[in-house]
Amino acid sequence: MRFSSNVSSWFNVRQELSPERRKIVGWASFLLPILLWCAVSYVPFIWHPMVVVQQAGDVDYFQTDMLVTREVFDEEVANMQNDGKRLPEGKAANPIYLPAPHEVAKAFYTAFTTEPAQKEGLWLHQSLWQSIQVIFWGFFISSLIGVPLGILCGTYSVFSRLFEPFIEFFRYLPAPAFGALMVAILGIYDGPKIAIIVIGTFFQQVLIISNTTRKLDYSLLEAAMTLGTNKFKLLWHVVIPGILPDLYRDLRILLGWAWTYLIVAELIGTSSGITLFITQQARYQHFENVYAAIFIIGFIGLGSDLMLAWLGKRLFAWNKAVNKE
Amino acid sequence: MTTEDKSMTNTDYLTQSDAVKQRFDRLKQREVILEVKGLSKIYKTAKGETTALKNISFKTHRREFVCVIGPSGCGKSTLARILAGLESYNGGEALLDGKPITGPGRDRGMVFQGYTLFPWRTVKENVMFGLQMNNITTNEAAREADQWLDLVGLEKFANAYPHELSGGMKQRVAIARALVNQPRILLMDEPFGALDAQTRCKMQTHLLEIWRNIDITIVFITHDLDEAIFLADRILVLKAHPGEVMELIEVPVSRPRSVEQLFSPEFLATKARLEALIHPKEETDTNEIPIQQRMLRFVNIEDNVE
Repeated sequence: MRFSSNVSSWFNVRQELSPERRKIVGWASFLLPILLWCAVSYVPFIWHPMVVVQQAGDVDYFQTDMLVTREVFDEEVANMQNDGKRLPEGKAANPIYLPAPHEVAKAFYTAFTTEPAQKEGLWLHQSLWQSIQVIFWGFFISSLIGVPLGILCGTYSVFSRLFEPFIEFFRYLPAPAFGALMVAILGIYDGPKIAIIVIGTFFQQVLIISNTTRKLDYSLLEAAMTLGTNKFKLLWHVVIPGILPDLYRDLRILLGWAWTYLIVAELIGTSSGITLFITQQARYQHFENVYAAIFIIGFIGLGSDLMLAWLGKRLFAWNKAVNKE
Repeated sequence: MTTEDKSMTNTDYLTQSDAVKQRFDRLKQREVILEVKGLSKIYKTAKGETTALKNISFKTHRREFVCVIGPSGCGKSTLARILAGLESYNGGEALLDGKPITGPGRDRGMVFQGYTLFPWRTVKENVMFGLQMNNITTNEAAREADQWLDLVGLEKFANAYPHELSGGMKQRVAIARALVNQPRILLMDEPFGALDAQTRCKMQTHLLEIWRNIDITIVFITHDLDEAIFLADRILVLKAHPGEVMELIEVPVSRPRSVEQLFSPEFLATKARLEALIHPKEETDTNEIPIQQRMLRFVNIEDNVE
């Protein structure tokens, strides 16, 4: 009886779970995909469509550690049996593009300690630093214009009517489409990459922030006006402080979007950063490094977002909504 | 005074004791602060024009406490918002100290029903806001804010944020915030409407206490008859569709007011008069869906709760 009521209490509609349960489910959110991956990697009968050759036997083109499909391997075993020659030996394996978790885990370490293949090549941490710089400058330049413009659009109708229709149109143009153009204008190095991130972020940013600004409770503005606040002081003393927590949250979300433009941006001109690392590792079939690099992007993204969320809580202690999060 | 119906009008509320009469005489000798002449407000909507206020006229003297009362849709909030300068008007005049009202200004403070405190400012910073907006130095503003927080009894909460306060406390901050600018009049738009009955009662007494101690004229919007009688010198009664003045009642209840007076004959007579004006018996309010006299019974006939 007790048990069944406990099971149903996990599914209360729009009710928060207890802290212990939140912790459990939070871990499960990461553990489940990892468990699935482990199962596919370590339990042979789940998938393993390939065979890794351990003993070539008398098959002339087999070599130790060679990966062949199960059909080819079975065919060769049958051939050797018919001819009465030595049989090849092998072990079920997954395709090269699906490394096992422990291989990727090891790659997290080795990717940082392996010297670049080419002389002028970059270490992984240097590639990452390049990427972070591109993101930073792209997001910074976009915000430098986008945030004030968004606030102005949300505050004064004249700006909203002047800018928003065109921005509404422009945001449908896919940012990568401007790649070739940006290379022509800004050269082949970081310029066009930063520009792509700016184009991908800016237009959404203006619209989202103007919307957030419009959501500020108008009665706060009315109250300020009855206290003798003029139109221009309203902007600085009521609108901006009033929307700050929401603005901060918007920027967190937009920063996440900026990361999604990174890979496309880095392919433009001379490829660079984490994208160059990933494409090179894939070319040499070091897929464990590819996964490690992709996950590192995820860790940086999630890590910076958690950090910003934590900082937001400190900054906006007055905001009830943030405190409840 | 068009629909005067003698059969249901009790005129007891018109008789005033000598003390009350003398008070009113003195009050009317004070200078006129607010004068509204033939004010009207028309809303243009997709369906056509609605007259929210029609030909409103009244005068308010310095340090008078006026309540505006009326059924929903009578435009009493619109009137307060016009006086605050937050809404335009279509005809007539609204004069403060003889000068027409053209927009919001610090000479007219306002307390709203929703608390409208700035959530990012502490209680004290909220009270300082009006002064800072009018180019008074932060030090000076802080000193004055302390005095006003003292007056509303919230000096201990100076550094609290609005979300940490109860509804009644928030409204006390809002009153202090409006008064710190030393406005000529204080407009209050159903300020205690969202409070529970007990807190509202305390706030009414508290407000009268504040009003007695400072030079302020109050225009107070409410739909609560008891509240209007308890607080006001005069009650401006509006009717709905369109919003027009029905009567300007001089409240015959003596001052200082206390809760015991709620059952005094003058109080009850005034209340009877207001009831008659606002909820006339024969007219059914066209806005409301009538409550059915006989209902379908959904429970067993023997299962009686009464």
